[in-house]
Amino acid sequence: MSPDLTDLYQHVILDHNRRPRNRGRLPTANRVAHGDNPSCGDQCDVFLRVEDGRIADISFDGSGCAISQASASLMTTQLKGRTAPEAVKLFDQFHEIVTTGNAPDEISDFAAFAGVHAFPARIKCATLGWHAALNALKGEDAPATTETHAD
Amino acid sequence: MPTESAPDWDKIRADFPALAQEVNGRPLIYLDNAATTQKPRSVIDALSRFYEHDNANVHRGLHALSTRATDAYEGARARVARFIHAAHPEEIVFTRGTTESINLVAASWGAANLHPGDVILLTEMEHHSNLVPWQMIAKRTGATLRFVPITGNEGLLDLSQLDRLLTPEVKIFAFTHVSNTLGTINPVADLCARARKAGALTVIDAAQSVGHMPIDVGAIGCDFLAFSGHKMAGVTGIGVLYGRRELLDAMPPYQGGGGMINHVEFFESRWKPSPERFEAGTPNFADAYALGVACDYLDSVGRPAIEKHDEALARRAYDALSRLPGIRIIGPSTERTGLVSFALNDVHAHDVVTFADQDGIALRGGHHCNQPLMRKLGLTSTARASFYLYNTDAEVDALVASLRRTIKFFAG
Repeated sequence: MSPDLTDLYQHVILDHNRRPRNRGRLPTANRVAHGDNPSCGDQCDVFLRVEDGRIADISFDGSGCAISQASASLMTTQLKGRTAPEAVKLFDQFHEIVTTGNAPDEISDFAAFAGVHAFPARIKCATLGWHAALNALKGEDAPATTETHAD
Repeated sequence: MPTESAPDWDKIRADFPALAQEVNGRPLIYLDNAATTQKPRSVIDALSRFYEHDNANVHRGLHALSTRATDAYEGARARVARFIHAAHPEEIVFTRGTTESINLVAASWGAANLHPGDVILLTEMEHHSNLVPWQMIAKRTGATLRFVPITGNEGLLDLSQLDRLLTPEVKIFAFTHVSNTLGTINPVADLCARARKAGALTVIDAAQSVGHMPIDVGAIGCDFLAFSGHKMAGVTGIGVLYGRRELLDAMPPYQGGGGMINHVEFFESRWKPSPERFEAGTPNFADAYALGVACDYLDSVGRPAIEKHDEALARRAYDALSRLPGIRIIGPSTERTGLVSFALNDVHAHDVVTFADQDGIALRGGHHCNQPLMRKLGLTSTARASFYLYNTDAEVDALVASLRRTIKFFAG
């Protein structure tokens, strides 16, 4: 296996892909958003229960490649308990990592996605769940689509 | 004319300059031919030669270069007519590709002939290009859509339903010759005969067939046939709508502009007959000329030989892939064209494609512009290997070995 691919498919990503966290519909959700990538057919629904301005619970459901599924799974573990501004800040950090490959040590699980930057076509896969989550936080009904915003 | 002895496939492969390169440090194995094929040197050179020597606008010029360009363009039209055995060159309308050809029929013929209560018959295996234009014209005219179902995983049309579906309300029946996702080859002559008996016109999407097998529109008995140049060793941006002359001459224009009129007043105009009626504006004459050269190239090899070659590669791939663990191959097990679509239980198609790419192998992964069909098959995406005249047994074997490594990697 070439080094490039093991950079892209790090252990953390394979683990989240095989055993996704917080997967399935959240019956108590009060915010839902759908994300899709029409060019490849990947889909991701994000369910949030927002209480007192914080994400009390979160789940995702959908289908897609290992990168998109692992990213959404990891995201759910990072966003629980966060406020909307904190969630946006986390996404900015994640986005920086997947687009530049530069990962500061302290956010180690995010660092597993640093290899994505070498595969530009896959950046949209890594950010699909995040866009849906941020839309859900804003309470926007419109589905997140990778075709109407930047990566 | 098809050569009598077997083609020299190694020599043919050397005609395609793009194949002689490395991708990710490995020799390129190009298996995305259903999306677009590579181009032989003769086609690439024809395009350069045209721009270097003969380039001028066609039809209205009286100078030498315009005459040469017009001869090249109209020569290509006659060449394409021979390629599909059309009765007259005037039955060949140049378009941007299959999609525009189908949109032309839907918008022009549909607007003039479809009324509320009329039915457009399609099949469940149509590419979005032979579905969405019909959805649009149905909305505009009040006609409705109806679909010939497919049977299970084999992906064949359920022909036992056809006579029940071909009611007098069906005005037009549009279907693909070869499915880009399933690899199914539909019995087009039989479908056309049954449609004709029921009083419906027929439109064939031949994007996946015309460069891979002999096509005779007279023998098939279709009313319209659409295809793209770039999927048959030609260049991008040029395609063809074949239509029976009396149908084309009775249809209103698709777009208005120069080149398609006989007489223009401030308030109205009179149209030229087909094909100029449907070619408003400066046509894509350079790419049309190169398409004619692609026809020459394919006929010099012989489409019966290409068809056999592609199908043998697909058979080899189908048999070897069937033995991989956790694989589901969709489409018919026999009577299939030169492509194989598959899904792995534990590896998403996009990951399959990324891993193959690292081995220099170009595959396609996704819904293949076939979202309703994918849903019917219970899939969101498949990976697809599609073959053409320059592919080899060794490339099929390399694909299988690469997939084996991918499966092992994800199994952990």
